Amino acid sequence: MHSVALSLIELGALFFGLGLLGRLADRLGISPVPLYLLGGLAFGTGGLLPLEGIEPFTTVASEVGVVLLLLLLGLEYSASELVGGLRRSWAAGVVDMVLNAAPGAIAALVLGWGPLGALAMAGVTWVSSSGIVAKVLADLGRLGNRETPAVLSVLVMEDLAMALYLPITTAALAALGWVAGLRTVAIAVLLLVVVLVVALRFGRAVSAIVESPTTEVFLLRMFGIALLVAGVASQLQVSAGVGAFLLGIAIAEDTAENAVRVLAPLRDLFAAVFFVVFGLNTDPSQVPAVLPVAVVLAVVSTATKLAAGWFAAHQIGVGPPGRWRAGAALVARGEFSIVIAGLALTTGAVDPGLAPLATTYVLLMAVLGPVAARVVEPVHGALTRRLRSTPA
Amino acid sequence: MDVEVTRLPGIGTKQEFTTASGRRLGVLTHRDGHRELLVSGRDDPDACSASVGLTDAEGQALGTLLGAPNLVAQLQDQQREVEGVSTAQFPIGAGSPYDGRTLGETAMRTRTGTSIVAVVRDHVVSPSPGPDFVFRAGDLVVVVGTGEGLGQAATILEDG
Repeated sequence: MHSVALSLIELGALFFGLGLLGRLADRLGISPVPLYLLGGLAFGTGGLLPLEGIEPFTTVASEVGVVLLLLLLGLEYSASELVGGLRRSWAAGVVDMVLNAAPGAIAALVLGWGPLGALAMAGVTWVSSSGIVAKVLADLGRLGNRETPAVLSVLVMEDLAMALYLPITTAALAALGWVAGLRTVAIAVLLLVVVLVVALRFGRAVSAIVESPTTEVFLLRMFGIALLVAGVASQLQVSAGVGAFLLGIAIAEDTAENAVRVLAPLRDLFAAVFFVVFGLNTDPSQVPAVLPVAVVLAVVSTATKLAAGWFAAHQIGVGPPGRWRAGAALVARGEFSIVIAGLALTTGAVDPGLAPLATTYVLLMAVLGPVAARVVEPVHGALTRRLRSTPA
Repeated sequence: MDVEVTRLPGIGTKQEFTTASGRRLGVLTHRDGHRELLVSGRDDPDACSASVGLTDAEGQALGTLLGAPNLVAQLQDQQREVEGVSTAQFPIGAGSPYDGRTLGETAMRTRTGTSIVAVVRDHVVSPSPGPDFVFRAGDLVVVVGTGEGLGQAATILEDG
């Protein structure tokens, strides 16, 4: 009985502590993700409170966190939005991928982590945090700006690309070999196409499986089917998160809205556990060693994101100030960089140094992103004025 | 006029048009239904200098304010041949003495020689309201008469 009491006290302290960190993040106007990671670092090796006996819970809970993060991401977008985005802005998506995957991949190769490490780090620096970006745009009153559709379409393209990138990475990390690897990727592509077609044609039917007039039944069905799909996807080596993401896309719009409403609190709870567990598994004493690399990566990948956003906004005919605003809005990296790093680390196929590097990098970028979005206008204005006033 | 509709994935739908003066005006409808009025910036037409959240009632009030002049313009059009007669619209403010009282109590015709020909409330036009029509704050009263009479009518509706 003693162990149950102890577990409850530890969990209670953990969640209450996270609540305090979340409040602090709110006060500072930043995403809570970096603070959760810091919390994890503090509780880990040589931390304030050694957490013992709750690992079975936190392990499962953090997996559920990833599933819910990706499920709600899928629910955010309808299939028609994804297909429309793909048609209109594939070029911006490709430029974004090439520019932003490169810094991570090159850093991993320089550090001697091999092609697998490069694949994982490419994902870490590539994907912007859609959560932070959407919040920053709303906070700064830029939702109505003309460059905002370009920013959102880059996010949409990244998320669609995740549906392919995650299974590819899973297959590569599991060292499945070429044939099995290609099979996994083929399954993922096929699933993505099938889901998009099904969602566009028969979205109602999928929603009918989970629809229920009472919130309680709806919540249980939704949560249940998400875990079932994630589990089956994981069994097929497609990665649990991708299964959940595709399920989210397949659910029709008004059901999706209700689902987001009931699942968002659960997502916040389990995702917080996921970030803490990631922090727990990171050895804080390794952070100073990777700090220089993380800082260089932060600087370089801020520049490449600026360029990617600039290009995306240029594509839809937005003027120079809007192009820089689009670039700066996309700078933030967050939850998905950690999801990708977590995926890579669980297989044990990459250098363990990836954990402190990804943590430090996300800590920097989650804070730097919103700052970049804020200062881009005054900085751009000042630079333009100086250029104009300097006689040629 | 071209109203441009843009879907914002994960956020909602934006409908906007460009005015003759070159500013973009639009409405952003969030997925949860709440709306924002958007006005583009003067220096940078791609940016928004204002985005104002509107409740349903506020959106309706704005629509009435912008839509009602059409009615006045139409009435003015019809009365163009009558020399010296014009049409005006006056709001019943929250502090108006006639908020909650009837049209008959204003004794508008007797006191000013003008006629109340319509009342606009929540987008709906009540044509030729009778003497027992009860005014409410937010109503727009459309009055026809001489310039002098209209001035007096405005004072009556405001201060009694």
